[in-house]
Amino acid sequence: MTSHATISIEPAGIRWQAMLPVVAVVVVAGFGLLSSDYVVTVLGFAFIYTIFCTGLNFFMGYTGQASFGQSAFAAIGGYGSAILCADYGWEPLLALFATMALSGVAAVIVGFPTLRLRGHYLAMATFALGLIVYEVTIEWTGLTQGYMGYSGIPPLGIAGYELVTVKQQLVALVVLALFGVAVAARLRQSRFGRALASIAGSESAALALGVDIARYKLVAFVIAALYASAAGSLFAHFIGFISPEVFGVTMVVQSFAMLYLGGIGTMWGPTIGAIIVSVLPEALRGLKEMQDIGYTAILIFILIFAPRGLAGLSALFGRVRGRVKEAA
Amino acid sequence: MSAAGTTAASVPLLEARDISASYGHVQALKPTSLHIAEGELVTILGPNGAGKTTLMRALTRLTASMGSVFFRGEDISGLPTHKLARRGIVMVQEGRGLFPQMSVRENLIIGAYLHAAEAEAQMGTVFELFPRLRERIDQIAGSLSGGEQQMLAIGRALMAKPQLLMLDEPSLGLAPRVAFEILSTLSELNRRGIGILLVEQKAPLALKLARRVYVISLGKIVAELKTDEIKSYHDLARYYLH
Repeated sequence: MTSHATISIEPAGIRWQAMLPVVAVVVVAGFGLLSSDYVVTVLGFAFIYTIFCTGLNFFMGYTGQASFGQSAFAAIGGYGSAILCADYGWEPLLALFATMALSGVAAVIVGFPTLRLRGHYLAMATFALGLIVYEVTIEWTGLTQGYMGYSGIPPLGIAGYELVTVKQQLVALVVLALFGVAVAARLRQSRFGRALASIAGSESAALALGVDIARYKLVAFVIAALYASAAGSLFAHFIGFISPEVFGVTMVVQSFAMLYLGGIGTMWGPTIGAIIVSVLPEALRGLKEMQDIGYTAILIFILIFAPRGLAGLSALFGRVRGRVKEAA
Repeated sequence: MSAAGTTAASVPLLEARDISASYGHVQALKPTSLHIAEGELVTILGPNGAGKTTLMRALTRLTASMGSVFFRGEDISGLPTHKLARRGIVMVQEGRGLFPQMSVRENLIIGAYLHAAEAEAQMGTVFELFPRLRERIDQIAGSLSGGEQQMLAIGRALMAKPQLLMLDEPSLGLAPRVAFEILSTLSELNRRGIGILLVEQKAPLALKLARRVYVISLGKIVAELKTDEIKSYHDLARYYLH
């Protein structure tokens, strides 16, 4: 063999900086465990949204598609877990997996015709999906109890052991969120992940290289639905109550803010965005009636100076450092 | 030429029969036939808007088309684009179609999507042809020069181990020296046995490479010429003015 053998298809080693976000997440969670239950609840929301946005990032960031309807799958997860556990006495963990499977099947059925659409048309179709499921949660009172909401949902647990305190639940959510991010990162680095990236880069080029883009888009959509469903279930078990508003348009807007602020298409962007967008309004409570203005001003400021999200800044710093080294 | 009734040795690498394509009510490509023999380098020449890109897209089913396409005698008319790559038909699109946010390395690895196990060895072959890509291996594709981007586009296509490489105006927007360098590499690839179908506007460069050209005008192939039969560019000009 010639010099070919010396060329690696993998970039040189994993940099230690890649582990910094894990340390940061553990530090944030540790801070939460030493704080009040209120702070723990806010952080709990952040890690539930981390799971939701990590899935959304799969479809929107890695694959370059638009979906405004992932809240529909969160609703299936949330209401599915609520009904199975509160009415039928299922184990919460079993209900979580069962509703994920149901969401996956629903995503295949919905995605198969919908994903033939592109751009704004796909965005509108998925938005309609979210609205339809939202209406169902309101109108089908026999199943969902409508605006009254569903209460009496047990906390997460397994084999009779329940995570009773919010701090125990926070630890479980952090572990699940990190697991979700790790699975997404592993998939992103795989042949499958590279195929998704090629679709995001240029669909016609991906086709020309042999990538079956219709199949991969559907798989990415299903993966995003599984994450959304898990987030919906975890929300139901964490709070013990759900209502249609939880899975409404606010969830879509909130998750988009998290995704873009953190850095769409990056591994840690959804986590960073979820933590900041969840925690920032609480940190600004001191501003009283100016709280919303302060919050949105900070979001706009971040988006102006980090248009590719906060996670994108590390890549920017890396490039600048490289140029400085090159110049030296 | 007909696929039926020909001997195995004379079966063309690619043969298109009465292939046509429309955009809405506008027929951009009128029923057209062409063929490429094994190991041949054929050029399609024609002015702007003649239908060159539509012909390439119709052959690879990136644009919906009518008519039949055969690859080594097998009817591939109904196959979607991604399955053509599995047969060894790979296209480098006009505008290169790179993944600009990814590094040179990542672009090349995606090129080997169908041959992941051979990616490392194939990358060596690409770097042998385009040493500059090796120097830029971790550079973001979008930050490469135009010439380097074209090298990467061809290199990525080579990662897919093509038996027929189709290129849509690879010299577009490049300095003459770089365009010559890239087209010379195509000649080298052809010597290594890869069939090449090249769409080109720069007739002088294209005529140096190919032994046979098709001239396309107003959505139809109007001439099939051997390059040694072309005495002057005036011979071609009359087809351009068709």
